[in-house]
Amino acid sequence: MRFTKDHEWLEPAEDGTVTVGITAYAAEQLGDVVFVELPEVGKTVKAGEGLAVVESVKAASDVYAPVDGEVVAVNDGLPDGPETVNADPEGGAWFAKIKVADPSKLDGLMDRAAYEDYLRSL
Amino acid sequence: MAKTTQELKQTVLHGAHLARGARMTPFAGYDMPVQYKQGVLAEHRWTREHAGLFDVSHMGPSFLVLRERTGDAEADHAAVAALVEPLLSADIAGLKPGQNRYSVLLNEAGGILDDLMVGRPHCPTHAGALYIVVNADTKEADFALIAEAAQGRADLQRADAAGLIALQGPEAHAVLADQLPELPDLGFMQFRGVDTLFGNLTVSRSGYTGEDGYEILVAPEYAAALWEALLSDARVKPIGLGARDSLRLEAGLPLYGHDMDADTSPFEASLGFAVSKKRLKAGQMRGAARLQDELARSPKRVRVGLFVEGAPAREGAEIADANGAAIGRVTSGGPSPTLGRNIAMGYVPADHAQPGTRLQVVVRGRAQLAEVAAMPFVAQRYVRKGGL
Repeated sequence: MRFTKDHEWLEPAEDGTVTVGITAYAAEQLGDVVFVELPEVGKTVKAGEGLAVVESVKAASDVYAPVDGEVVAVNDGLPDGPETVNADPEGGAWFAKIKVADPSKLDGLMDRAAYEDYLRSL
Repeated sequence: MAKTTQELKQTVLHGAHLARGARMTPFAGYDMPVQYKQGVLAEHRWTREHAGLFDVSHMGPSFLVLRERTGDAEADHAAVAALVEPLLSADIAGLKPGQNRYSVLLNEAGGILDDLMVGRPHCPTHAGALYIVVNADTKEADFALIAEAAQGRADLQRADAAGLIALQGPEAHAVLADQLPELPDLGFMQFRGVDTLFGNLTVSRSGYTGEDGYEILVAPEYAAALWEALLSDARVKPIGLGARDSLRLEAGLPLYGHDMDADTSPFEASLGFAVSKKRLKAGQMRGAARLQDELARSPKRVRVGLFVEGAPAREGAEIADANGAAIGRVTSGGPSPTLGRNIAMGYVPADHAQPGTRLQVVVRGRAQLAEVAAMPFVAQRYVRKGGL
C-alpha cells in the first residue's frame, strides 16, 4: 500500500489499476462521515485534483486523485453507507479504482513506514 | 496549528476538555472543544435523548448595575431598562422579576449587531440590575455599546472570566434537581441566583438546542467542580461545538454572523417575536423607519428553512427558484441527525417563503432539489411555566 501527504492510500493491482481510499488518520480527523460523492466511471483524473467528496456533519472535504489516470470502477455501496469510511477506512471504504497513466509515478509515493513518519511530523 | 493555539484564549474549563480527550478548534478567539471522543453524531443524539453538557464560557455574560438605586424595585428596574432599551428590539421595561428575554441589538439602520439574552433579577434587593449575555464573537463591541449607552448611570460588570455551562436535553431537569436541590422550580426563560455548594450560581432555564435545559453561570473557582459533578451523572455527557451547531440548526435557531448580520433586520431574520411592537410603533427603536415599514409590508427577503435533496448544502450555497434563477443564499446547512435528511437555512424573497415551495440549491456547481420547510425542523421541547 502507498500513501500521499493528503492522506489517501493506494493499493496497486497486477492489472495496472490502483484502488484508492482515505487513511484511518484522515477518517479520524474528518469525524463522522455522513455523505460521500463518487466520480463517474470513465472520468479522467489528474493527480491533486478532486476525485471524490466526503462530508462530515460540519464540513465537506475533497478526496484528491493521487495519480493521473482514468476511473475504471467506484464503490457503489459507499454513498448508501458513508459510515463505512469511519468503520473500515483502509478496507471496505475504498472510493475508486484508477487505471494509472504512468505506473512509475507510484514509486514516488510513501510506503507505510514513511507515511507513519510523516504523521508523527504533523 | 500549534502556533495559533497559543494565541487563543482559554475558558476556565479548558483543562477539563483536554483531560477528556476533546478535539479542540479555534472559535471566536478561544480554543474550544469541537467534539469529544464519541463524535458529533453520537453527541447530538445523546443531547436529544438524555442530557448534554456544553462549555459556553466563551460567550459574554455580564451584569449592568444602576449606580444610584432608589430602593423602589419597579422604579430602579425602569431606570436601568431605559438605559439599554434604545439599543434593543425587545421590551425590557416590561420584564417580570426572574424573567429572561431574547432580543437583538440594533444598529441605526435596523440591522442586527448581535442577538442576546436580557434578564431582570428575581430578588428585589438586586432590582436595578440586568443580566445580559451576548455572543462570543461580538462581545467586545457589544459591551462597549452597552457601557456607552449607560451614560455613567450604570456599570457594566463583565462576567466572562467565569464559567458558563449549558445542560441541555430531556433529562437535564432531573439531573439538575439531583445536583442542585436548592434550585427553585423554573419555567422556560426564568432565572434565579442561588447559593449552592458551587458558590452563588445564576441559573436560567434556557438554551440553544431546542431542548429543555439550563444555562449556569458559575464563578471561576467552582466551574471545574460543577462541570465534573454534572458529568458524574450517567445521564450526562460532554458535548462539543460541532453538535451544538447541528442541534441549533435542527431547532431553527439562527447563529449570529452566519444566519444574520449587520445588514439583516429582525423581520428579515424571522425574529419578529423579539421586536416590541409597542416600542416600534412609538418609534422608540433604532432603525424604526425601516422596521415599521417591514412590519407593515413584510420584508423583501426572509430567513426560511429548507429540506435539501442530495449533498448537504452549506453556508454560501446559492438558492435558485424552480427555473434556476438565483434568488438567495444558504446561511447554514448540513445533515439533520434526528431527521436523517439534509436541512438548511437561508434567505429568499418573501414570495418564495411559503413552506412547500419548490426551489433548488447549487452544490459544487450542480442544482439539487430543495423545498421550503417550516422551522423548527425538530420540535422544540421547552417547559413553560407561570404566565410568561
